[in-house]
Amino acid sequence: MSWNRKHLLDIESLTAAEITTVLDTALAFKAVGERAIKKVPALRGKTVVNLFIEPSTRTRTSFELSEQRLSADIINFTAEASSLRKGETLKDTARNLEALNIDFIVIRHSASGAPHFLARVLNASVINAGDGAHEHPTQALLDTFTIREKKGRLAGLKVTILGDILYSRVARSDIWALTKLGAQVTVCGPSTLVPRVFEQMGCRVTHNVEEAICEADVINLLRIQHERQRKSMFPGLNEYSSLFGLNKERLALTKPDVMIMHPGPINRGVEIDSEIADSGRSVILEQVTNGLAVRMAVLFLVNGGKGPQEVAP
Amino acid sequence: MPDPTLILNAPTLQRALTRIAHEIAERNEAGSEVVLVGIQRGGVPLAERLGALLTEIWGRAVATGRLDVSMHRDDLDRRVAPQVQPTVIPFDVTGKTVVLVDDVLFSGRTVRAAMDALNDFGRPRRIQLAVLIDRGHRELPIKADFVGKNVPTARAESVRVRLAETGGADEVVLEKPV
Repeated sequence: MSWNRKHLLDIESLTAAEITTVLDTALAFKAVGERAIKKVPALRGKTVVNLFIEPSTRTRTSFELSEQRLSADIINFTAEASSLRKGETLKDTARNLEALNIDFIVIRHSASGAPHFLARVLNASVINAGDGAHEHPTQALLDTFTIREKKGRLAGLKVTILGDILYSRVARSDIWALTKLGAQVTVCGPSTLVPRVFEQMGCRVTHNVEEAICEADVINLLRIQHERQRKSMFPGLNEYSSLFGLNKERLALTKPDVMIMHPGPINRGVEIDSEIADSGRSVILEQVTNGLAVRMAVLFLVNGGKGPQEVAP
Repeated sequence: MPDPTLILNAPTLQRALTRIAHEIAERNEAGSEVVLVGIQRGGVPLAERLGALLTEIWGRAVATGRLDVSMHRDDLDRRVAPQVQPTVIPFDVTGKTVVLVDDVLFSGRTVRAAMDALNDFGRPRRIQLAVLIDRGHRELPIKADFVGKNVPTARAESVRVRLAETGGADEVVLEKPV
């Protein structure tokens, strides 16, 4: 069991063993976060650029803190502050950054495939922090970590992903990760946002929310991504809430030990009722904590995947 | 591959550990607070065995912990990332005498990393080092306080410690390079 990759670009190309390596490594990094001294010198002297071309608060903050806890030096670029606004291409921006001798680029971009492009043109390690509607690999890793931590396993679990699947990179990465690890995935939402084509990824597609949640061990709620929708795919948020939102009545249909997840930011009263989000079944804040551990693990592993590949004694 | 040379068998290995336990007891009077910390992975079962032996000698429980040094290694960017094992230090190390335990002492780099890692948990009164095998070839100014057996080796040879805890019988063998 080892990790030989220089980049983390997506979940699709990972094996189940590689995903498990990340989760096992993250377990050790979670323990570091619970100590009085939460910092280790693993990336001392390395420089990480956080290139967030699309707005993000929680993912960027989580990556920044992970990098700091690994003792890396950090440069932050956001869309508003970067020269991309002045017409510079992504390639030129990246090459300029590399001229500073950086070691890692963490990139969030609205264009699918942007991290793969950078990985081809640069020497630095590239970590995908979300590219368009394609993938968000670290979110899927923290979701699977959280499920494994709480439920003890992934194989055989029934996981329902409910919401805007079509525009969701989280859904795609989650589906890849969960199915590779043996979970049974159901995706559900309005038919306009949950096309049948997702069946090709190995999951079940349904548009009946009651049926989707009644046998689920885990329900992962996704936010409706207004910003990605060119025209409205459903009449309105109120209607979405009444047809698909997780409320008390629907929760009563679920298994008593069902676990509720949400990658955030949550829209209280739309995809989830406020009191359910705050209830004991919700692991939304644990997901945030685990996100740090998983991102530390990814940086740690990718760092090892860069150099000459001597195998340790 | 030439046949490996047997360095310790089950009874001699256990005798070596018993001797180390007595030396630890002799060096540290019973009143001083001694805790054992095994270095992942080979040092962990040895620390537990030494803990049991010392518990018998002193007639009181001797605490043991386990420490993974992966995050403190000095070669992280020149090798595949190591498999990180759990670190469990179920006591405050501040003010204690911490005996680090490992199976084989070689370059000394693991022990250097272990001392750094341990410092994140507090400020021990002192740190001592116990190893089952010292095979030489130090790259750092590090020396063990307690040694089960000194074994002269060639750099390319490898020392394999097998313990009942990890399956098989207790034995230490020296393997020639292929």
